[in-house]
Amino acid sequence: MWGFLKRPIVVTADINLSLVALTGMGLLSRLWRLTYPPAVVFDEVYYGQYISFYMKRIFFLDDSGPPFGHMVLALGGYLGGFDGHFLWNRIGAEYSSNVPVWSLRLLPALAGALSVPMAYQIVLELHFSHCAAMGAALLMLIENALITQSRLMLLESVLIFFNLLAVLSYLKFFNCQKHSIKYMGMFTYVLMLAVAAVHAWHLIGDQTLSNVCVFCHLLARAVALLVIPVVLYLLFFYVHLILLFRSGPHDQIMSSAFQASLEGGLARITQGQPLEVAFGSQVTLRNVFGKPVPCWLHSHQDTYPMIYENGRGSSHQQQVTCYPFKDVNNWWIVKNPGRHQLVVSSPPRPVRHGDMVQLVHGMTTRSLNTHDVAAPLSPHSQEVSCYIDYNISMPAQNLWRLEIVNRGSDTDVWKTILSEVRFVHVNTSAVLKLSGAHLPDWGYRQLEIVGEKLSRGYHESMVWNVEEHRYGASQEQRERERELHSPAQVDVSRNLSFMARFLELQWKMLVLRSDDSEHKYSSSPLEWVTLDTNIAYWLHPRTSAQIHLLGNIVIWISGSLALAIYALLSLWYLLRRRRNVHDLPQDAWLRWVLAGALCAGGWAVNYLPFFLMEKTLFLYHYLPALTFQILLLPVVLQHISDHLCRSQLQRSVFSALVVAWYSSACHVSHTLRPLTYGDKSLSPHELKALRWKDSWDILIRKH
Amino acid sequence: MPPATGGGLAESELRPRRGRCGPQAARAAGRDVATEAAARSPKRPARGSQRFEAAGRWALLALVTLLSFATRFHRLAEPRHICWDETHFGKMGSYYINRTFFFDVHPPLGKMLIGLAGYLSGYDGTFLFQKPGDKYEHHSYMGMRGFCAFLGSWLVPFAYLTVLDLSKSLSAALLTAALLTFDTGCLTLSQYILLDPILMFFIMAAMLSMVKYNSCANRPFSAPWWFWLSLTGVSLAGALGVKFVGLFIILQVGLNTIADLWHLFGDLSLSLVTVGKHLTARVLCLIVLPLALYTATFAVHFMVLSKSGPGDGFFSSAFQARLSGNNLHNASIPEHLAYGSVITVKNLRMAIGYLHSHRHLYPEGIGARQQQVTTYLHKDYNNLWIIKKHNTNSDPLDPSFPVEFVRHGDIIRLEHKETSRNLHSHYHEAPLTRKHYQVTGYGINGTGDSNDFWRIEVVNRKFGNRIKVLRSRIRLIHLVTGCVLGSSGKVLPKWGWEQLEVTCTPYLKETLNSIWNVEDHINPKLPNISLNVLQPSFPEILLESHMVMIRGNSGLKPKDNEFTSKPWHWPINYQGLRFSGINDTDFRVYLLGNPVVWWLNLLSIALYLLSGSIIAIAIQRGAQLPAEVAGLSQVLLRGGGQVLLGWTLHYFPFFLMGRVLYFHHYFPAMLFSSMLTGILWDTLLRLCAWGLASWPLARGIHVVGILSLLLGTAYSFYLFHPLAYGMVGPLAQDPQSPMAGLRWLDSWDF
Repeated sequence: MWGFLKRPIVVTADINLSLVALTGMGLLSRLWRLTYPPAVVFDEVYYGQYISFYMKRIFFLDDSGPPFGHMVLALGGYLGGFDGHFLWNRIGAEYSSNVPVWSLRLLPALAGALSVPMAYQIVLELHFSHCAAMGAALLMLIENALITQSRLMLLESVLIFFNLLAVLSYLKFFNCQKHSIKYMGMFTYVLMLAVAAVHAWHLIGDQTLSNVCVFCHLLARAVALLVIPVVLYLLFFYVHLILLFRSGPHDQIMSSAFQASLEGGLARITQGQPLEVAFGSQVTLRNVFGKPVPCWLHSHQDTYPMIYENGRGSSHQQQVTCYPFKDVNNWWIVKNPGRHQLVVSSPPRPVRHGDMVQLVHGMTTRSLNTHDVAAPLSPHSQEVSCYIDYNISMPAQNLWRLEIVNRGSDTDVWKTILSEVRFVHVNTSAVLKLSGAHLPDWGYRQLEIVGEKLSRGYHESMVWNVEEHRYGASQEQRERERELHSPAQVDVSRNLSFMARFLELQWKMLVLRSDDSEHKYSSSPLEWVTLDTNIAYWLHPRTSAQIHLLGNIVIWISGSLALAIYALLSLWYLLRRRRNVHDLPQDAWLRWVLAGALCAGGWAVNYLPFFLMEKTLFLYHYLPALTFQILLLPVVLQHISDHLCRSQLQRSVFSALVVAWYSSACHVSHTLRPLTYGDKSLSPHELKALRWKDSWDILIRKH
Repeated sequence: MPPATGGGLAESELRPRRGRCGPQAARAAGRDVATEAAARSPKRPARGSQRFEAAGRWALLALVTLLSFATRFHRLAEPRHICWDETHFGKMGSYYINRTFFFDVHPPLGKMLIGLAGYLSGYDGTFLFQKPGDKYEHHSYMGMRGFCAFLGSWLVPFAYLTVLDLSKSLSAALLTAALLTFDTGCLTLSQYILLDPILMFFIMAAMLSMVKYNSCANRPFSAPWWFWLSLTGVSLAGALGVKFVGLFIILQVGLNTIADLWHLFGDLSLSLVTVGKHLTARVLCLIVLPLALYTATFAVHFMVLSKSGPGDGFFSSAFQARLSGNNLHNASIPEHLAYGSVITVKNLRMAIGYLHSHRHLYPEGIGARQQQVTTYLHKDYNNLWIIKKHNTNSDPLDPSFPVEFVRHGDIIRLEHKETSRNLHSHYHEAPLTRKHYQVTGYGINGTGDSNDFWRIEVVNRKFGNRIKVLRSRIRLIHLVTGCVLGSSGKVLPKWGWEQLEVTCTPYLKETLNSIWNVEDHINPKLPNISLNVLQPSFPEILLESHMVMIRGNSGLKPKDNEFTSKPWHWPINYQGLRFSGINDTDFRVYLLGNPVVWWLNLLSIALYLLSGSIIAIAIQRGAQLPAEVAGLSQVLLRGGGQVLLGWTLHYFPFFLMGRVLYFHHYFPAMLFSSMLTGILWDTLLRLCAWGLASWPLARGIHVVGILSLLLGTAYSFYLFHPLAYGMVGPLAQDPQSPMAGLRWLDSWDF
């Protein structure tokens, strides 16, 4: 214990100087003048608002990925003491003094910088030479698109960092964890699983190992590759939901139950509501599907027009609609068909699954009715109205059977917020449904409600839940109206479990489809490989200094070439091996296969899925795939030099060519530097000279 | 069948029934395809009765086929009205008989065969096939239904033979045949004028011939080998020619062929020349032959449909010129555009249609409340526009004015002929594509404002040139905002009559969406010139019709707030399709799988995955399996694997499809799933019997198991057969109903 008194403490450091140098250069290239430009650049406007939400602890929902990436950015804001007060509304807006630009941009920049030494290590771990490893790292270092993307408050560099980290960890075969930033991270994860599965299969086939030993190996891999990522993934969401406890702009997307679990917003209203809906309860009913907009069952004094525009007739009874705003006309009273009272008896008699109910509109005391009259906009469904007795032979058909969709048993009680219910019309078995169509002027552009006759299966547009609820106590209509206008009482809150909240959030993130908005700089995956497109990120308000996401074209082209060469060579070797001609020694062959599986595979899984995606795509989506191409490049070069150059002379010539090629890449990188850092204002002539492809959009000011 | 079967059988009898006989021998047997059969054939006298045995097999096949035909043709004429999609495919059959051109999202072979069957059976093509429920009256429809039922009936013997070949076990084949014969879903789907029986016929034929040529692998280039190989190719062409779903079976055959070639390539006893021969044979039979046949069906299709019909508008102007009766056929129209000409403007992107407007306004809240401008695929008076000068409103057709041609770069106005409103755009967002500007019809009697001015430009032309009808590719650029007139191809909601959105796009990227051509052209002051240079070549029309089909397919998008069938519903038989009748007085037919069969299939897939992975891991761990078990495992892994691959390929791609899906899309996958069930249960029961061999009644387990499965399926068919053959009387929820108690899931509505 006191050993250090007896012996001197000796620290033997084994420092790989090239690694240190690479890290240093990486940091320099990514961190240099990080606060410039002091204005919102491109997608910072998008991520910035989420950082503000984190700072203000307001709940939000972003379908682009799990919250870890946003949290990393927010951590920067937290460390820099950002209070969240900045209006992220316009690209190019100058940051106010309370925004700690440096610390906000620091973490992505660090991730970008560390990717450089990581590339070096990965190539080393693939058992290629030190020289090849240096090559990979140097290419990463001078790749303009990677530099631009890392220097801003954006997620790609973090994603690339963790992608590389996962590959490296698996290679080093220690704690093989995998994190997920955007859902793109998924692709690399799947690749790792596939590689691991192949290795595991070989392991199973290895008959020198005992059964127990194999089982332990598999178990360890399963834990490392399946359990840990799942736990981490859940953890991120847990932190996310813990941090964001206030209601915010995305509340409406979530279910009533979820909203009630957030501070403010719906929770303020629903606190202290009675849980069980009883006969005589006053309720508002929200449609669970909520598309095109979330809305509540609604009625008002006006009636359906006698004759519609297209000449069809209606029942001329009181309109029933779905209304997207809180309104006193959204209140309905659950009435027991057998009794006349509109108040809750004492003790309250709860409504159960399968019970017959009438729904009486609170303000007009007319009851919900449907009959064999075509609905105004959906003529195949029944009209739903509040019944007015015109004394013509059209009797009231206002009995509904309550079906609780998410019931545990058939005797379940109808619960506020938690129960999802359907109303099935007793006479016609039509189901109360939101058709999604907007009524014309006579219906104040509210949404149409219909009775769906052919209830073909379960659809959320037929499902409703009680949002606001109280026990009605007033006998008189006047008194009741006053009661309806008064806010509900306060009492206990109803908290959802984490898993329920997590599952709902996850589901909404997967199904939420943002409008496929066309963007000026959107591009298609095919344009990426040859760098036929760029994105103008920022333009100085006065000079023509500008930042572009624009890659180093030499690297992009040679990356794609290397990939093609790899594919062709592999096919060639494979065919020859099949005929028992072994061109490569076994260890070189295995190295070649593993490097290809990881690098070419990494490229494929990070690139090909974009062809199936329907969302708006940008050039920066290609960057993760590009890093894998960059890793493959030196691998292919070294292979050519080692195995295809037959004489020393050829090898020297080849090395000279590689050096020349790398210097040209450096030259390109240097030429494009003003567009990467945006620190130098170029003349229109110089800018025109940089427009090497017609499809590049470089901004030239007109004077 | 391998010739070694007979000999192998005798051999297997000589082996001890149980016990770990020589491990080397067992492993060798496991690898050897020929002796594989030996290890598992039922016990029977070794010699002398072979002829009897063969006769028995033929009798069994005949029995299976007969039963299949009997069930499919029973009550085929009922109901005597149009059921479900008969309204489409019957109608399309009639189009072939009447030779009028139409458009459909599927390739033509299936409908052509239906038309041919109708023609041969004396149907004259006069029935309108308007909507489901219409009575056929005196029209002859049995020929078409009979043809579909005929093809549908072959599914059972095909599946029987496929399984027999894969498993070499009669009981597995019998079980599969029973599952399919007694499945109410397959039965219903085979009894009507639909594409599905035809499609499934070709899929199963391809599968069967593929399996057969695989088993001829030891006699390459022999006559049966060539026969089965080319038959595979023919069936593939047939499957693809009916529906694009045929691509999945092509994929399966492709994968099988690649594996096969890879195997041959690695066989060092074969010279490269032989491998080359193998490769060429496959390229010829599986690529060249199907492609030729597939193209030939299109050639016939275009040849037969030579008259103008309802599908014209979906196709380009050049395409339409082929159709007699179309106004572009042998058209003689003025060649150059002049002011005062009445024209129709067609988008160059396929299946977008004509620039269109009508007397309906954009609804409130969607841009300015002005007249809608859309694109419309059908020919209509509302597609007509008049070209006018931007600055005068004088009538250019006045004979006192000289003819003035429109030139590239001119500023023009386009006036809608029917409503006299000008094509107009302004800084309001378009209804669906928010970043584009709205395009409307504006002004009264041709008088509007400066937002009605458009610059007409010909793509890749110099300024000042005249503009040619049909051949000039033009762009219309809005003068004030600088945006380009285009169609986004998105379908407007009900207020826009589900026509396509027209926008003015500020992004000047050159896409076909914003390029137009002038199609009809009426100008009495100009001489008509015959334009016969237009005839497109066959490859061009082939390509175009495919583009139109693909767009049509992806245009079938499900709507929000509507219940749609999801792929995960299908294997659990969640919900059927109403073929006919709703109320209790109607004659009702409901397409629903026999739940016993379907749930057994579902269970079998899970069981297969479980047992398959156990066996695979055991083999990978180098476990020494006895000969009989090794043989059975090979059947399970190889034969079962083939079929499982088929199921996967015919099922999972649907999860990726954006279009509207229906329950009946699952049936090809269901065929594979039933084959898997047959193979699985037979093998498992045999393994059981082997495992319990010390027990005296062990052999009975297999027989009893198979028999009970057969009888169970038959009994469930007896219960559920009214679904297919028709039900009358109260609905199933009513205790009086004949189907009472059979509505096992709430989601079934019969």
